[in-house]
Amino acid sequence: MSTIQRDMSLTGQPPASINAIQKLGTALGVVGLLILLLAAFNINFPEKPLWLSIALGSLFGGILIFTYGAYSGKHEGIKNDGVWFKSVSSRGFLAWVAGLALTGFYIILYFKAGWLGLNTEGDNTGLIALFDPLSRLLSGNPASQWFVYGTLYTIAILAFGIKFIWKYRHNRYERLRTLSVMFFQTAFAFLIPEFMARLNSENFNLPYYDLKNIWPLNYYNFEQYRVNDFISAGNVGLALLLFGIASIFVITPILTYKYGKRWYCSWVCGCGGLAETAGDSFRHLSDKSTFAWKVERWVVHSVLVFVVVMTTAVVSTYLGYDADKYWLTKDVFLIGVAVFLTLLFAGIWFFKKEELKQDARYGAIGYLVIVLALSGIHYSSGSTLFLIPAETLRDSYGFLIGSIFSGVIGTGFYPIFGNRVWCRFGCPMAAILGLQQRLFSKFRITTNGGQCISCGNCSSYCEMGIDVRAYAQKGENIVRASCVGCGICSAVCPRGVLKLENGAADKRINSREILLGNDVDLMDYVNQN
Amino acid sequence: MEHVVIVGNGIAGVTAARHIRKNSDKKITIISAESDHFFSRTALMYVYMGHMRFKDLKPYEDQFWSKNNINLKNAFVERVDTDTQTLHLAQGETITYDTLILATGSIPAKYGWEGQDLNGVQGLVSKQDLELLEKNAPNNEVCPKAVIVGGGLIGVELAEMLHTRKIEVTMLVREHAFWSGVLPDGEAEMISRHIKNHGIDLRCGAELDKILDDGRGNVSGIITKKGEQIDCKLVGVTTGVKPQIEFLKDSKIETDRGILVNRMLETNIKNVYAIGDCAQQREAIGLRKPVEAVWYTGRMMGETVAQTICGKPFEYNPGNWFNSAKFFDIEYQTYGWVFSTKNKKDYEQHLHWKHPDDTKCMTIAFHKDTREFLGINSFGIRLRHEVLDRWLNEKRDVRYVIKNLKEANFNPEFYRRYESEIQKEFKV
Repeated sequence: MSTIQRDMSLTGQPPASINAIQKLGTALGVVGLLILLLAAFNINFPEKPLWLSIALGSLFGGILIFTYGAYSGKHEGIKNDGVWFKSVSSRGFLAWVAGLALTGFYIILYFKAGWLGLNTEGDNTGLIALFDPLSRLLSGNPASQWFVYGTLYTIAILAFGIKFIWKYRHNRYERLRTLSVMFFQTAFAFLIPEFMARLNSENFNLPYYDLKNIWPLNYYNFEQYRVNDFISAGNVGLALLLFGIASIFVITPILTYKYGKRWYCSWVCGCGGLAETAGDSFRHLSDKSTFAWKVERWVVHSVLVFVVVMTTAVVSTYLGYDADKYWLTKDVFLIGVAVFLTLLFAGIWFFKKEELKQDARYGAIGYLVIVLALSGIHYSSGSTLFLIPAETLRDSYGFLIGSIFSGVIGTGFYPIFGNRVWCRFGCPMAAILGLQQRLFSKFRITTNGGQCISCGNCSSYCEMGIDVRAYAQKGENIVRASCVGCGICSAVCPRGVLKLENGAADKRINSREILLGNDVDLMDYVNQN
Repeated sequence: MEHVVIVGNGIAGVTAARHIRKNSDKKITIISAESDHFFSRTALMYVYMGHMRFKDLKPYEDQFWSKNNINLKNAFVERVDTDTQTLHLAQGETITYDTLILATGSIPAKYGWEGQDLNGVQGLVSKQDLELLEKNAPNNEVCPKAVIVGGGLIGVELAEMLHTRKIEVTMLVREHAFWSGVLPDGEAEMISRHIKNHGIDLRCGAELDKILDDGRGNVSGIITKKGEQIDCKLVGVTTGVKPQIEFLKDSKIETDRGILVNRMLETNIKNVYAIGDCAQQREAIGLRKPVEAVWYTGRMMGETVAQTICGKPFEYNPGNWFNSAKFFDIEYQTYGWVFSTKNKKDYEQHLHWKHPDDTKCMTIAFHKDTREFLGINSFGIRLRHEVLDRWLNEKRDVRYVIKNLKEANFNPEFYRRYESEIQKEFKV
């Protein structure tokens, strides 16, 4: 499938090739990858710390040199020249190679870690062994496939983050946002959990915890082994457990109310961080059709329902029946969840009737499924839900959503479907934040009166596949559940039409038929009808 | 059922169709020979530069038209017979109408230069122009060098486009600085420097004399009025546009430069309206020009005429003037009236501020005697349409505008603010 633009009868080749500096950067990056590949094929490097440093340094340096070649001689401003001409960013040959390679890597990572050198007995070999020295330095333990992945992930966010900052160096919002995701990835996702692991001893064991990884994105956060670990780790553990609960029920709603879901999705989240940095070159590939939007709403909210049911089922399996032992029994928990959801939904139904019009049915269906499932758990014996064991539910979620969706498709297919496939179609956290953003938030993208010329840059470069133009050309503000507030629509707009801002919650959408700039009487007449 | 036929599927015609559909169930047919579907003309440049595909320029999905029961016809209208209310199409077909809206837009204006019809001489208005440009200047091997004649908004866009394919560009501008017929000198000069900084050979005070033939009907170069010869393979003609009204020459519809209309956008023939670039007001509205070839005015005329046709007659009575553009990396917005140094009204006084980095500046126009705020030009700083429009309606004192400038800022969050610097400079 070649979708490189051919419909404008291109008779020649626009300059899509890379310059000498970019070639040097590419070569250096390939050297880094080659070392990792050789390690994966069990080449035993003698000086592991040295070779690991060379490999990671080459990757990092390669990306930086490439960036220098791409942007150093250019003026500050939008750098989208030739995006649809380049093979890698227009679903050409290079894009498919990159996509398939990434997909293959994810499949091996999730399902065949042994091939990377993870051994159930004995020391690591291969690629994972190459990372042992770094892992020992940080946590004191040998590396795992997840450590290898985490390291490469962090390097990608840092190096491509610098690239992104360079590309958008005229835009302070983009610079700050990118520095933020770089920081949260390096500190919270990569370093702190490793350091926390250092604190562990025989009688003190904190689970691996990336503090910014909030349930339900972190769908396993409330599983029995983790909760046991938290509780057994004394006050620190308990504090972490409470933080995990407060994250989703207190912190998230407050921040989303004030700033929209962007505070998380494009400033903090690791998935978002990778999408915004390494995935930036693929943001225009997202599907903008109304059909895709429909699929998105169904799929992402189904995942949300799935994760709520799954988590409730899993938690209820390890709660007891005896109220004398501990107040929180299975029954109390299930009734509590049902009551909470009922109140939440009734509240939304009552206070947000206007906003709900089109989405209400979906919410109702989701709610119904959850409640039915809960009663299913309640009236079923043992740990089954509609005769499916909770663990099976959890495993299928982990396999389908946690691995296949977020990793293999979500990231592996960056060069084909765009960089936010997971965030848009699969992430239950994004679904929750999106509902909050749509219903209870001060955030909107303001459309600047009648200045839109329908050029389509905003829609083209929206990684979430929002047809921004459809709103802007109507003079309507953009208040969409899926908007992650990356700010690129505003950046690429040639006429200064879009501004992300937090303002008064009423009149947030501000729809009108006749746009600002026309006859005042006409505007009044038509807009009042 | 009443049949409304709209000739032209640009912003004016399509806006009219959409609003007529909203207000009625009349039969609507849009005829265009340019493209099957409405697209954003202003974004043609981004297709050549590789920012977007042509299909990304279409603001509505293809199913939108059938869903809203708007018929599309790809055909060229050759002749209009208003007596029988019939359109004669190029293939010999005819279409009858009850109401006719002419929204045929503009074509590049050429001024009778020798060689202006050679291969390689073109403007940039239509989809066909873009396709032609892909033939004439696909890369810098086929077209190592281009000359752009005229320094308007299309000229600078064409320069930017060619620049992305590493084609050497010389721009001939008649005035002493780029677009100085419209912009005050401080601004025109800043934009001129910006254009040159991008490697464009901008020549001010230079005019085209004739275009040279390579002997096979292709462009080989140009000669300026000063006698200088510049070799090139492409001549971009961007000396403005003119209404596309050639097909009306045998009709009874009255034309001048454009199709003459009254304030109701009616032509001299009943049930025939003209909107957008092709329309010419019999008497100019306020300080506006009789022919306004601007996206927004096309849209506003479409909004207005739709109400009239649907039984709620409205005069075309646009609000405060506004416009915007982008010159390479510098965005431009204007609200109200700020005239160029040359065309400044005698009551008009300017305050001009420029940032030392030479990419941002602002000009505020006000009435010398009453100090009424008349308009603002802003480069590199986005302004809020709603606020400026209000201030203009309220006829605010210029001091009020300067004092409250912060309220009008529309730059993205965290951007540096320049209001205090501007206020320091503008002590009125």
